[in-house]
Amino acid sequence: MEQVKSKAHPYMPNSAGKTKAEMLNAIGAQNINDLFKQIPDKHRLSSPLNLPEQLLSELDLKQHLLSILSKNSNCEKNLNFLGAGCWQHHVPAICDEIIGRAEFLTNVWGTPSSDHGRNQALFEFCSLLGELLKLDMVGLPVYSYGCAAGHAIRMASRITGREKIIIPKIIDPERKGVIQNYCEPKNMEGHIEILEVNYEENTGNIDIDHLKEILSKDVAGIYFEVPNYFGLIEINGKIISELAAENGSETIVGCDPISLGIIQSPVDYGADIVVGPVQSLGIHMNCGGGVSGFIASSDNERYVREYNTLNISITETDIEGQFGFGLSLAGQTSYGLREAGNDWTGNSTYLWAIAGAVYMALLGPSGFREVGELIIQQSNYASKNLSEIDGIKTCFNSSFFKEFLLNFDDCGLTVREINKELRNRNIFGGKDLSNEYPELGQCALYCVTEVHTKQDIENLVNNLKEIIT
Amino acid sequence: MKHRSAIRKYHAPIWNEPVITQMGSDGRRGLIFRESSQSYFDGIGSAQQLLPEGMYREDKPSLPELSEHEVQRHYLHLSQETLGMMGISLFGTCTMKYNPRLNEIVTARPEVAETHPLQHEETLQGTLHLIHNFDLILRELSGMDNFVFQAGGGAHAAYTHCCVTRGYHASKGDLEQRNEIITSIQAHPCNPATAAAAGFNVVTLTLGENGYPTIDSLKAAVSERTAALLINNPDDMGIYNPNIDEWVNIVHDAGGLCFYDHANFNGVMGKIRARDLGFDACMYMLHKTFGVPKGGGGPAVGAYGCSADLAPFLPLPVIIKSEGYYNLDYDRPNSIGRIREFWGNVPQVIKAYSWARAMGADGIEEAAEISVLANNYMESRLLKISGITKSHPNISGHRMEMTRYSIEKVTADTGITVEELSNRMVDFGIDAPWLAHHPWLVPQPFTPEAGESYSKEDIDYWIDVVEEIILEAYENPEIVKTAPHRQTIGKIHAGLLEESEHWAMTWRAYVRKRS
Repeated sequence: MEQVKSKAHPYMPNSAGKTKAEMLNAIGAQNINDLFKQIPDKHRLSSPLNLPEQLLSELDLKQHLLSILSKNSNCEKNLNFLGAGCWQHHVPAICDEIIGRAEFLTNVWGTPSSDHGRNQALFEFCSLLGELLKLDMVGLPVYSYGCAAGHAIRMASRITGREKIIIPKIIDPERKGVIQNYCEPKNMEGHIEILEVNYEENTGNIDIDHLKEILSKDVAGIYFEVPNYFGLIEINGKIISELAAENGSETIVGCDPISLGIIQSPVDYGADIVVGPVQSLGIHMNCGGGVSGFIASSDNERYVREYNTLNISITETDIEGQFGFGLSLAGQTSYGLREAGNDWTGNSTYLWAIAGAVYMALLGPSGFREVGELIIQQSNYASKNLSEIDGIKTCFNSSFFKEFLLNFDDCGLTVREINKELRNRNIFGGKDLSNEYPELGQCALYCVTEVHTKQDIENLVNNLKEIIT
Repeated sequence: MKHRSAIRKYHAPIWNEPVITQMGSDGRRGLIFRESSQSYFDGIGSAQQLLPEGMYREDKPSLPELSEHEVQRHYLHLSQETLGMMGISLFGTCTMKYNPRLNEIVTARPEVAETHPLQHEETLQGTLHLIHNFDLILRELSGMDNFVFQAGGGAHAAYTHCCVTRGYHASKGDLEQRNEIITSIQAHPCNPATAAAAGFNVVTLTLGENGYPTIDSLKAAVSERTAALLINNPDDMGIYNPNIDEWVNIVHDAGGLCFYDHANFNGVMGKIRARDLGFDACMYMLHKTFGVPKGGGGPAVGAYGCSADLAPFLPLPVIIKSEGYYNLDYDRPNSIGRIREFWGNVPQVIKAYSWARAMGADGIEEAAEISVLANNYMESRLLKISGITKSHPNISGHRMEMTRYSIEKVTADTGITVEELSNRMVDFGIDAPWLAHHPWLVPQPFTPEAGESYSKEDIDYWIDVVEEIILEAYENPEIVKTAPHRQTIGKIHAGLLEESEHWAMTWRAYVRKRS
């Protein structure tokens, strides 16, 4: 019989010797090893596992984790101006409480009856986002903004049967990298060729003449973002979507939902498919682990039939007057059709959707208006005051939201040097773009949100003044 | 059979909670932001002035207006209307286990939650240290040379492998020729699906009489077009393919790569190593095997590991350690680039590391043993229930951590289907079990996975409930057919959800279609 160990493991009730023996007895096995006879001896581990020491005590484990994590610094201890796809916004306390509930945190997927509450929360996420976007179809979220854009581009290609896509030159290289993988390499059958449309030097707007030049009949769609990677608000959305429509191409727009209290929904300037991040809706940055992305469109079957997402629909139940929720169109995903399904479907970021639902419900129409106003005014205030410093200038004379570029060419220091000095003063400076966009010189992308105060911005201004003069 | 008196008198909470769009009243507020018309904005202008003409949103979004307390109670009610592992969930293939709350508390601290992935790496040494050490743990478990964590789930890790496969064959100049990925009908649908999404043609092997495809079928499938094999082992019927090493040789000889989908790792942890068996790459689901919560479908992590030969193709960035300092390496010219922004669901990786440390080598191996023992214990009891059979009864010996059962006989005798069985189980506070992926190779299937987290009493209760329902099926099938009876809501009208005039993924769509 098995040797009885001195201590049962707190995570494993059946590690207690008595229980183990009872179960072995019940199945008539002499020992545990008998149960593994399916695995040939030659497949078995040649040497025992050599792992770090077991930390059976919760206290020991906690102290161990905290001692290592103490090497980190963070955006509460420092004044942070990093954004670029992962933004420091205020996370309402209730968002954390609700997604910490065990029923939401640890579950997998039950029946429509047993998981009614979770399904309703997910439906509400889609419904509230649908109100912000003015769109009737919102799928459950995918892994990230870039993944949402990638899926949307493949949708456009399937819908139109065309294999070219136009994206702007101003785009987060990380997001572009994700999109490139979705478009497959050149030497594959399903390759989608990516064409990049230039931007106007002074405004950052899409160069419409260039767009017309590259917009051919084999273009599946035009993808652009409002705000874009540099925070800029595109002014030609309507012109672009009209050009796309005339050409039989889809218009795909990326937008940040936290801007939608003050900025038009992409639908208002002609978007067919809208994608974007979810992290700005009540989710901590989590070192990038808070990212999530959405895909939305009209309820037209032309689009809905091409979603790879899981979708939750409201429906009736056996009980008169009662509503419930169920999966809709799972049959068109890989769960139903394997390789013939739309792209693929799997675990995603659904817990963040619940946080997003709570966030949108808390803000309501006035909250979105307020937070949008606050972010656009604060970021403009910061940009104005920073660009008044000798040696610092802005790069574009366009409207922007939340993020903006600063150029440091005239101050004789690199962004890298400046950020190092800022770090010594407990400030995380903006993302260094000097490698990504060398044509823009020594530029950094600064992010200012509702979490920053006037003092924070003045603190940054004063420190930059000291550093560069 | 007799009715069991010990069955709990469970009833789910019913709150009749309206959809939130129907709640609240004009003017209520749930969250207030700092007044934006402060004097320091003088000369800055309003949002309307700051935006280009035509881009300012005049209308307010039609969101509900609620107080903070109303929002809190609404979502608390919805959480209560979710069974979500509060009872017993033996959802096969998902390896339901306890998610230690210490890990939630630690990762909610600002050291993790309030960190930005673009912070200078000297300010993230703690996180990088933990992730690197977890990489080392996975290397020891798998024999692989490097792990990355960008993939947001198991399917995404399979996709990562397909991208790595593209990079590898492209580097050899034969991607155009090697355009096929081989998998089995018992592999998770995400394997063929991600292969197709990555641009490959899919070759699917059917099963031989031993429950896995024959070597001959594999030999017939491989060719100079073979790019890779994507395979799980054991499969989700608890059957282990004893020829898997030979399979790897056959695919390698044909010039293809071999990817081990370790979705079903829980029963073989510490027993086998993917690399020892010859595999070039493998994937672990941290939200299943490594004690990380599932969140009802993510944020999840598909940890992707590979051999040194494939490491140059890994997605960016890769964490490396040199002289006690941790760096994010972006300078990898052969990398497949990005599969997702940033470097993965960091808190989940830290939770997995913590779980692995709490378990240790002994605990991890013991968990595998207990999960196989518990499954065989379940099997011995379930098969005593008249009407329940298991797949491939011709295969003698013990199954691994799962067994696929069928109630085909019950259905033939009583008309009760396995979905109806599931709908009735939730009346007893038990989450419905995993059935099987489509296509169903076994009629009326269900696939529980006991794992190491549930006690023998929990498992006994689960079986008692199944026994009770099958008894009902014979004595009073109507009660099963019309189930659930003690749940938050009745049975939904699911068929309508496939019809465009009926489906409504948002409240807006619902109002439009039903008015």
